[in-house]
Formats: sequence, structure tokens, C-alpha cells
Amino acid sequence: MRWISIGLGLAVTGVIGFFAVRELLIDPLYFFELFLGGLTRGSIYALIALGYTMVYGIIQLINFAHGEIYMIGAMTALIVASVLGLWGWNTAVIAILAFVFAIVYSCAYGFTVEKIAYKPLRHAPRLSALISAIGMSLFLQNYVMLAQTPEYLPFRTLIPDFHFWEPYAHIITSVELTIIITTVIVMILLGILIKFTRIGKAMRATAQDKVMAALLGINVNNVISATFVVGSATAAIGGVLIACHVGQINFFIGFLAGLKAFIAAVLGGIGSIPGAVLGSLVLGISESYFTGYFWSEYEDVFAFSILVLILIFRPSGILGKHDAQKV
Amino acid sequence: MPIKNQIKQSLIIAFWFMILTFPIMVIKVNTIRHTIDFRWANFLWVGIVTFFASMIWNYFLRRNEEQKKTDIADDIPLIHKLLQNDRFRRPFLGLVAAFFIAYPFVFPMYHTSIMISALVYVMLGLGLNIVVGLAGLLDLGYVAFYAVGAYAYALLNLHFGLSFWVVLPMSAFLGTLFGVLLGYPVLRLRGDYLAIVTLGFGEIIRIVLENWDDFSNGPRGIGDIPAPSFFGHQFGQHDAMIYMYFIVIGLVLMTIFFVHRLEHSKIGRAWIALRDDEIACQAMGIDKFKTKLTAFALGATWAAMGGVVFAAKTSFINPMSFTIWESITILCVVVIGGMGSAIGVIAGALVLILLPEYLRAVAEYRMLVFGALQVIVMVFKPDGLIKSVRKVYTFKAREE
Amino acid sequence: MKSLFKVIAVAVFSMIVFAAPGFAADTVKVASAGVISGDLAPYGISALRGAEIAVEDLNAKGGILGKKIELLVGDDVCKPEVAVNIATKLVSDGAQMIVGHVCSGATIAANKIYKDANLLIASAASTSDALTFTGEHPNFFRTIANDGAQAILMTDFVKNELKAKKVALIHDKGDYGKGQMELVRDNFEKMGGVEIVLFEGVTTGAVDYSAIVQKIKRSDAEVTMWGGYHSDASKIVQLLEKKRVDTTFFGADGIIGDNFTNLAGKYAEGVYATGPNDTSGNALYQELSEKHQKKYGEDPGTFFHNGYACMQALAAAAEKAGSLDYDAMRAAMFEITVDSPLGPIGFDEKGDVVGAGFSVYKVIDGKYQQVN
Repeated sequence: MRWISIGLGLAVTGVIGFFAVRELLIDPLYFFELFLGGLTRGSIYALIALGYTMVYGIIQLINFAHGEIYMIGAMTALIVASVLGLWGWNTAVIAILAFVFAIVYSCAYGFTVEKIAYKPLRHAPRLSALISAIGMSLFLQNYVMLAQTPEYLPFRTLIPDFHFWEPYAHIITSVELTIIITTVIVMILLGILIKFTRIGKAMRATAQDKVMAALLGINVNNVISATFVVGSATAAIGGVLIACHVGQINFFIGFLAGLKAFIAAVLGGIGSIPGAVLGSLVLGISESYFTGYFWSEYEDVFAFSILVLILIFRPSGILGKHDAQKV
Repeated sequence: MPIKNQIKQSLIIAFWFMILTFPIMVIKVNTIRHTIDFRWANFLWVGIVTFFASMIWNYFLRRNEEQKKTDIADDIPLIHKLLQNDRFRRPFLGLVAAFFIAYPFVFPMYHTSIMISALVYVMLGLGLNIVVGLAGLLDLGYVAFYAVGAYAYALLNLHFGLSFWVVLPMSAFLGTLFGVLLGYPVLRLRGDYLAIVTLGFGEIIRIVLENWDDFSNGPRGIGDIPAPSFFGHQFGQHDAMIYMYFIVIGLVLMTIFFVHRLEHSKIGRAWIALRDDEIACQAMGIDKFKTKLTAFALGATWAAMGGVVFAAKTSFINPMSFTIWESITILCVVVIGGMGSAIGVIAGALVLILLPEYLRAVAEYRMLVFGALQVIVMVFKPDGLIKSVRKVYTFKAREE
Repeated sequence: MKSLFKVIAVAVFSMIVFAAPGFAADTVKVASAGVISGDLAPYGISALRGAEIAVEDLNAKGGILGKKIELLVGDDVCKPEVAVNIATKLVSDGAQMIVGHVCSGATIAANKIYKDANLLIASAASTSDALTFTGEHPNFFRTIANDGAQAILMTDFVKNELKAKKVALIHDKGDYGKGQMELVRDNFEKMGGVEIVLFEGVTTGAVDYSAIVQKIKRSDAEVTMWGGYHSDASKIVQLLEKKRVDTTFFGADGIIGDNFTNLAGKYAEGVYATGPNDTSGNALYQELSEKHQKKYGEDPGTFFHNGYACMQALAAAAEKAGSLDYDAMRAAMFEITVDSPLGPIGFDEKGDVVGAGFSVYKVIDGKYQQVN
């Protein structure tokens, strides 16, 4: 098995490498543009995937409602920005306030959802919590649809286009650049939070062993709530940035984006934060190249095939720990 | 907790929700006409509703806690107790049988129609129950096999004119085949990795059906799929529906019989053992991989047969019917009904599929209520509506 | 145990009694079916609201044949199998005519039930050729022109007016969008002289379309034609503009209307689309838009006026026939002319609308304006 997988891996890498080099030589700009497009897409997935992976790491729950938290973040930003816009506030202030409100409200929703739908199920079968999450996701979607509107709403970008790069502006838009930079910053901050702060250490301890963590004086419930809050905050940032990128939102955007991000998180090894980012980038970039050089109809088929292939050879994802099963 | 504190707590919660839902419930911005609408009435309503909801919610949560403490032994669901009681079992089953036989003649056609849908979900639920409930493999791509069955009937009928009764066993075989083919490479994966890979397979099959026009007619779908014939005789719309109903009843009975027998067979006990403890199971000499593969393939068999019935009933299929939501619905049937429990799954299917139909009275709020109910059922009955009861095997020493 | 038995018996009996349908003969029941939940909800809701307001207006004038109209609502979530159930329900509930459905697939599946029950159905949004060309749906009528007519208009315009040599065809893989682009492709192949450089489907609702946009750019297509709905179109148009791709975007009726121009904002400028003839000058059209604004607090959606026209047409046919009899009403459908918000419309022998044809529009100063 080992030699087969190494051989197959080498063969696949060789073929891909050959085509990549060939295409790079034929049309380097196109190659580069596809790469940047993929990078943006991957960053978008990463911002959502982080929340998934953190929650999974700590309570082993696929948080189906995470996509909805992301949608609510974007929706809140839209509402705040529109109200302030009509009151005639300064655009920079609006952008900042919209971001702040989106993050605060998403965190509050993430916190509340955990308290209602997951906390009572902490000792129940894991699938029950999953169904509860699905129910929550349906509820939130319809709540937003009924309270606001089923129509798509235009989302005026909060990030100004830049015109001073004019001859080269087509290579990367200002929003795309912001998305990539923000993802990097969020990653670094999150890394610091997990590695060096008290709460980060508590999170890692809880993820490893809840009972032991509790014995050592960690309030597990608070740690879990904190995880949901942090995950929701990254989702909100993602939500606002994506809404700026595509220029519209409605109540249903959370589902598809959430699904893709979840795949990315699994691809990277669910529960692992660098894994989520790596998985997202691999997924985004390879999707972009696949559409660019093959058929976009089968983009998702390709994404899933990568997932299956990687999981067959690395059953715990790219960076997942392959821990022995606990009895 | 004294009542005063409870009220105080609920007030705090109500206030929290008023703030929480403020932007979405109260403000409505029209970004096109540039007007803002503040709906203060909603603000008040949210407060009042969440106040009472939280009182009730907390009351039941506390009661649940207390119950858990007091009676642990006696948690066998009522229905199981009834079925174990010989004096009661016969009249009860007779009544159920009478109800289902009389059903299509008593109720209008619409009720028969949705009952057929619900019964198809009973089949699917029982099939998935083998995979998820008994063997403990989380399968989020169950709809793939359902699609295989439905398209098998549609295409074989379109190209070769094969009838329902010919395709039904063929699709069962096809389902098993696909189950083995898809299961073989991935059953090494554990838990949620398996879930996401099966989800991937489900989506791959749907996308292929969507794009491969020459094979499946793409998103336009296949129409005019005939309803099953009765020894070569085709019924009119109304009679066909009733006939269909009895076919489905027959298939469901067959499914219940098979699943029941399987559950208590050697392989069935192996599944349950595998679900509970993989390592101990292997130590007992059970071939883990083969056991999992049988569960996966058998589950697929029922899905494919359900697909044939579905195609025959709807008479038109397109890939839209086989999205991931379908897999999720079937999973909800199994979990809400009660994992591993056949009666639970039947109840789950009937409740989950019929409920949204009857909730049409609250048309727009239907899915909102449905989602909320899912959460409520899971929070208060995490083992599902009707919990599974383990068969107790007693050792009887042979008398010498 | 005995008492439990009784309880169950009573419960079953009462279910049977209550489930028996009660017919009230003093209203005419009209059903509006379509997708009103899920991601395609906006389309269905717009048609439903059209029917709702039409029922209000008709009732204010005395209803149909002197009876008030009662509106039944069905949600098919755009799925054929649900549509069949809903159709059965609506028929069981005593619906006497149908406005709907929205998605063509759902309409085709549901119509089997309506045809069997001898009910007329008028759709505001199902544009599939299969509904009127195959002759299998004699009871079907629609107030929106069919895909085939639209495709011919699109291809002629692209070849003769825009003088394009290379076109890219992009669709959303749905039955409406892909079907539309296939018709366009076939027309181009028949006409010759226009090269199709790209024929691709994209996943609807995706977070990013930059790869397909780069691909369009690389293909040097002068015109990019789109089969699908306005939300994805708006995302693609924005990216085409931001990525400075020099191509003209051309869509079908899925992107016509204020929905699209509002959504895409300044990026919509210069986009072409075919759509129902411009009737916004029509007095009734304006009056209805205001009513919608007043009742629902927002602008009418895509199929609102078509939905209104459906209801009007069915009512007019019933009045003309003097009864709700299927054959008489069907015969009347071919004779009536309705003063609808779409202008005066009638129906041809296949059930397609006459008088509500298609024109080509271009977005100029943020609004669609007729150009041919």
C-alpha cells in the first residue's frame, strides 16, 4: 500500500507538473490570474472553515448552522451600512461600524445558538446534536427570510475600488486583495490567541480532554462558548468580505458557502486550524485551475474527487492527526 | 429555583433576545428606494414571546433533569411495552392494519399521495437505519443510491420499455453494486470523514446526472414514466394511485421483515457490536471491513428500490430531486425517529414527511416551525421519538 | 386497556370524519402554486403576489360569475415530486383553476394531475418549450413567451445588430438556463457565421466566479450570453467589469427587470437582455406596482405582472364561457383578449401567449430600455 501510494502520488504530481509548466509557458498571465482567483476563493473558504474546524475540534460537532451565522453577519452589515448611509455618515466610518456590528452580532448569535441547541445535548448521542444543528440552520434561514425579504439584496461594497493601478487593476481587485490580506491577519491573530493566551491554552486543553481540563479548574462551558464566539467572529468577517466581493446577499447564501468550507476543513484535517487554511487554499486554487483549463460544469465533481483521493491516502486529512482510536 | 428568580432569568433572556434580533426583526431597509422602516411592534413581540418561551423551556429542561435522576430503569418507550404485551399486541396490530388498508378509500387522493411519499421515506429510513443506526456509519450521500434507483427505472423504461416489476429487482441489484463500489474505497475512513466523503459521492452523482445530457437528459429530466402495471393492465390516475399505495405498503412490510430478521441475525449483531466498540469487535474475530461493507451495500439496496417507487409515483424526475437536502431529510428521519429502532424510524418518517404537509396551514412559517421542532425534539428527546430497545439474550443452561 | 382501545377507536373515527372534504359552493376556488420557500422563493412569491392582488381586484368587482374568489396556495419548492403532491392536494381541496407553477419541471410533473382533473392551468413563469410544443398539455396556458421564440430573437440580434463573430455561452446548469443556451447554440449552428468559443455551466450560488470570468477573457468572446437568473448574472457582470474584460453581456428574461439593475448597480450598464415587451408605460402596470409597494412594502418581483395576467385570463375565460366547465373555458381561452398589465393579450392554439412578445433591452442609465 505504501509503495503504491508513493508511486501513484509521484505519477500524479508528474503529470500535473508537466501540464502546469506547459500552461505556464504558453500563457503566464492567465496562469497567474487563475492562481490569484484561486487564492481569493481559498481565503474565503478559509475564513468560514476556521469556525467549523474550531468547533469540531472542541466538541466534535459539525456545526451546520455555521453558514447561517456567516449569513447573519453579512445581513447585519448590510442593514447597519444602509441605515448609516441614509443618515449620511462618512463612508469610512460606515465601513468600520458595519464590520464591528457584523462581528458583534454574529458572535452573539453563535453564543446563543450554542446555548439553545447544543449545550443541552452535550451528553447526548453525537448525531442528535447534528440534527439539532440542521434544525437550527433551517430556522435561522427562514427567520431571516421572513423578517427581511426572500429577494436578493444588493450589497454596495464597503471597500473602494482602486483606480491608481489602472493598467494592471484587472489582475486583482481591491476586494480580492483585502480578502487575502485579511485572511492572513486573521490567521496570525488566531494563531497567537490559540498559542499564547490563557483562553487559547484552555481551548487546547479542552479539545484534548474535557474531563481532565475540568479537573484542572477550567470552566469547560465557558471555553466552549468562547470557541463559538471566536468562530462566529471569523465567519462574520468572511461574510462581510464575501458580500463585498459578490455584491449581493440573501438568506440562502450560508448553506453553499458553509458546505464548501466544511469540505475544505475536512480536507485539511478537521480540528486543525492550519489544516483548515491549507485545505481551503488547496481546494480554492485547484478548483480555479480546473475551471480555467477544463470544464466548470464538473468543478464540484473535481473538488470532491480531490477530497476522496486525499482521504483515501491520508484518512485524517492533510494535517490531521492520525490518532489511535480511543476505547 | 424560586419562581422569582425564574422570572428574573427569563426577563434577562427576553431582553437579550430583543437586542439580538433588533437589526433583523426591527429594521427593514429598502436599499432600492432608500427608506428605513422601524417595526417597533416586532421589538415588543420578540420580548413577550421569548419571555414565555424561556419560562416553558427552562421548566421542561429542569423536569427532564429530574426525571433522569429518578427513573433510569423504566425508560422503555410505551409502544414497545404495548407490543410486548401479548393481550394487546394482536388488537393493536389489527387496528393498525385496518387503518392502513382503509386509508386510501376513506381519505381524499391527496392524502393517499402524501402517504405514499411518507411510506417511501419509511423504506429509505429503514435502509439508512441499517447503515447509521445499526452499523454506526454516518452516510450523508444516501441520496446517491436513491437517484440510481430512480434513474435506473426511468432510463430502462425509456430505452428498453422495461416495466416496473422487472426494474424493481434489477435496481435492488444495481443499488447493492453501487453500494459495494462506492463503499469499497472509503469504508476505511472513520466518523465524519466518512460522512463528508459519502456526501461527496452523492453530489458527484447528481452533478454527473445534471451535466451528462446524452445519458440522463440533463436538468430537463425524464418525463412520462409509467406507473406500475397490474399484469399488463394500466390503471387510470386515481386507481393507479391506490394501486401504488398498496405496492408501497407491501414493500414497506417486506422491508420491515427483512430489517427485523437482519437485525437479530449474526451479521446484525456484528453491526451493533461494531458500532459500540470497533476494537473489541475486531478482537472477537469479526471482519470489520466486510461487516461494514455489507451494511453499506444493504442500505443502498433499499434506497435504490425506494428510488424506483419514487420515479413511478412522480412520473417525472430530474436531478433537482436528489440534492444533499434529500440525504439530510432521510438522516433526520432516522435520528428523530430513534436511531436503531425500526418502529422509531417508521414514526420518524411519518411525522417528518407528513408534518410539513399538514403545516401548510401556516404556509410561510412552515420551514421555520419545522426547524424549531427539530431542535426541540432533539433537546428534549435526544434518543429520538421512540428509542430503540436492545434485545436481551438470556442464557439458558441445558438440563442434563 | 379497554379504555385506551376506545380512545384510539374514537381518534381514528374522528380523523376520518374531519378529513372528509367539505365543499362550499359559494366561492370559486383558484389555486396558486409555485416555489415560495427555498432559494428560488423570490420568483414564486412574485407570481403568487400577482395572483393575490388580482384576486383582490376581481373580488372588489364581484368575483367570477358572481361568486367571490378564494385563493388556495401551494408551495412546490421547485421540485417535481412535491409539485405532484401539491397538485393532488389542490385538486382534493376543490381548486377549480390553477395559476402556476413556476419551475418548468414542476409544472410538467404537476400537470398530469390537473389534466386528469380537467382543470385549466395558467403559468406566469414556466417557459419550457415542452409545455406547449409537444401537445401533451392541452390544458396549459401561459402569459410569458416561450424559450424558443426568445432564443431566435437573441441569436438574430447578436449576429445582425451586434455583429459578433465569437460568442461565449454560459449557463447555470438548471433546466431553464441550460435549455435556453442549448436553443441559442442550435440556432447559431443553423445560421452559421458565429463561432461559439465557450459553452460552460457554472454552479449557481457560488462565492466566486473569477475563474470562469478569466476563461471568458481568454476566449476573446465579443458577446457573453447568459442562461440563468439575475443573482448569478449580477455576480458575473461585476467581475467582468472589475477584471476589465471587453465583452458584451447578453441575457434572457431571467435577468430582465429592475431586480437585475438594482442588484448589479453601476455594473449593469451596457448589459443586453431579451424580455417581455416593455409595458411599464401601461397605466394598469403602474397602478399595480404601486399597489404592490403599498401592500408588501417593496417593489414587485420578476413575475408579478405575469401572475396578475394569469388570474385575469382565467377569470375572463370563465366569464366568457359562462361556466366553469373545462371544455367551455378552454374554448373561451382562445377567444379572449385580456387587458393585462402586459398589454392586451390572447392565446394561440398551443397555449402560448399572443401579444406579449419579446424585445431586446439594453441597460442605459441604470434602466432597461428597448433597443430594437
